[in-house]
Amino acid sequence: MILKPQIQDIKIIGFYLGKIVIGIGLCMLIPLIFALIYQEPNPAFDFVLGFLFSMLIGLGLVYFCQTDKDLGWIHGMVLVSLSWIVATLLSAIPLYLSGHWNSYLDSCFDAMSGFATTGLVLVQNLDHLSYAHNLWRHLIMFMGGQGIVIIALSFFIKGTSGAFKMYVGEARDEKVLPNVVQTARFIWLVSIVYLVLGTLSLGITGLLNGMKMHNAFFHGACVFMAAFDTGGFAPQSQNILYYHSLPFEIVTIIIMLLGAINFKLHYHLWTGNRKEIFKNIETVTLFITVMLTFLMVAVGLNKLSAYPAAISLFRKGFYQLISGHTGTGYMTIYARQFINEWGNLALVGIICAMALGGGTCSTTGGIKMLRIGVLFKALKQDIKRIILPEKAIVVQKFHHIKDIFLEDKLVRSALLIVLAYLGLYGLGAIVGMWFGYPFLESLFESTSAAANVGLSCGITNVSMPAALKLTYIIQMWAGRLEFMSVFALIGFIIAAIKGK
Amino acid sequence: MITAKAQKNKKTPQIPNVATLRSIASGSRRIAQKITTFGKRKKIIFALATCYSLLATLVYAQPISSSDLINNAKQYDGKTVVYAGEVIGDIMPRGEFAWVNVNDNENAIGIWIDADLTKDLLYTGSYKSKGDWIEVTGVFHRACLEHGGDLDIHAQKLTKISQGRFISEEVPINKKKLSIYLSGAILCLLILQSYRLMRQKKPRI
Repeated sequence: MILKPQIQDIKIIGFYLGKIVIGIGLCMLIPLIFALIYQEPNPAFDFVLGFLFSMLIGLGLVYFCQTDKDLGWIHGMVLVSLSWIVATLLSAIPLYLSGHWNSYLDSCFDAMSGFATTGLVLVQNLDHLSYAHNLWRHLIMFMGGQGIVIIALSFFIKGTSGAFKMYVGEARDEKVLPNVVQTARFIWLVSIVYLVLGTLSLGITGLLNGMKMHNAFFHGACVFMAAFDTGGFAPQSQNILYYHSLPFEIVTIIIMLLGAINFKLHYHLWTGNRKEIFKNIETVTLFITVMLTFLMVAVGLNKLSAYPAAISLFRKGFYQLISGHTGTGYMTIYARQFINEWGNLALVGIICAMALGGGTCSTTGGIKMLRIGVLFKALKQDIKRIILPEKAIVVQKFHHIKDIFLEDKLVRSALLIVLAYLGLYGLGAIVGMWFGYPFLESLFESTSAAANVGLSCGITNVSMPAALKLTYIIQMWAGRLEFMSVFALIGFIIAAIKGK
Repeated sequence: MITAKAQKNKKTPQIPNVATLRSIASGSRRIAQKITTFGKRKKIIFALATCYSLLATLVYAQPISSSDLINNAKQYDGKTVVYAGEVIGDIMPRGEFAWVNVNDNENAIGIWIDADLTKDLLYTGSYKSKGDWIEVTGVFHRACLEHGGDLDIHAQKLTKISQGRFISEEVPINKKKLSIYLSGAILCLLILQSYRLMRQKKPRI
């Protein structure tokens, strides 16, 4: 028998959702200040309206759902998945008001793409977008990368024991520090320190590239936020190709890799445990998968003589690969070049890299390195069991911060998530083919959306069917939250309808 | 070589009578008329062909769109093309040359150009300004060897078609009105919230 959620359950979710919405509203003050500094009155009003809408909804929820009860598991999970939808709907308001998005659905697409750190875009005339809106796009990515709930945990929800449930719901099952709120603050500390360093290095590179001072540092900050959060938005329509600069590409590769590393690993590196990077199962698996997928890309490109020299093949091939593997989606080629010039083998290499993703408890999407590593260890264990005598006890261990015994429970949960991701990639590809796109292109775009990458082969554009836009929005949302909280929301809705 | 059948068909010459001569005369007039008509047609055809070739030359000299260049990059690779669009973002000088990104409303393409040629460019496209609309003639590279495989154009000639301008903006009155309504609603909510807090703090007798 399914139990129908009580009014109290809805009140608990509503109350905390209200606090998160207030947080989103307050974040809109940052681009508003920027709009005032850069003397952009129209964008300033877009953010005033966005802020007021958010505050009205947030304060309304807090007022009408006032409660002092703490979150349970189901509340935490439902709250997280709901807060991502509400945050998308509210963040899309200033974007839509700018007039650079053809419809509210398009602006919601970009907002979800930002929060989920995907990087697929439907924005029109990006090269004429205001500083304030551009900053908001990248700020959305920065917030989404750290996690919307992380913001709430850090600043608005203090000392609640339900915090961990929200933290887990946002696809972060590892605590860096014993306390979840401390962990959330550590994640912010890491991000802010890197933000300052990254902006400086990209800004100086931009200056050396011949950009104007304020543009160099504005672009530096925006590109850092999108690169570290493995998002892929850029202030100009040409993405990273706009800069025509090898140093800029190298700096972004470093930032993308930093973003793909587990925050727990960052903590150990910061506290002096540098050997961990060479022993950790995630970094080892990342190194191996990067090498293997790059081999596919390089052979594919070489077979078609896509680039005139080995150095340009490496520069283009490796950049798109790292961008895809880390789930960033930065591009130094045009979308249609993937289809017209790269060939099937290189394309499959990129699809594999996108599907695999980066580290757990990082800002990347996709299956993630820990799960791939665990599955390979399990395979190794099974092969050993077959080879060794029946009575032999086979024990498999792996190193992730500490040595961990490989248990069936761990393998099972990793496999379930892997299967869920593969299903999601496949479903998106089927929908793409339903609308008449070729198989490989559909799979490419679907994987990019579901693994929150943002590389595009050209399907994502304003003229694509609305149903496909919705499919990609759902894929980005489910892929970013790693399914559990999405399933919890679906279960909650079913219980509300059918429960007794 | 004349075949035997042709030799058989050869007729011996006969002296023509008056009627024959008349008919010949009228036939030759018709032929002459036809020749004149044909000459006129020929002239028309020639004129049309000239126009067409001129037009074709003109069309070829017309700018190629960025989508066309990207989608048919192999076809245009290494060829001199004409490309037109709006200068956007920063003009980035690199030594004697500079990168200018030009957007033709479909995509933006990087133009590698002599820095001296960019001196006339006054406006670049951004939120506050419409950039100069330029036309460049240069060599298109699908994967430029000099620039790490970038798709670009090495410009030889730059012509400014039209000058950019600053864009003025006005805030629509609806936005202002809506802001006031929403602020009012929030104020009401805040009053209700503070009233509730006051009631909660008030000791019960």
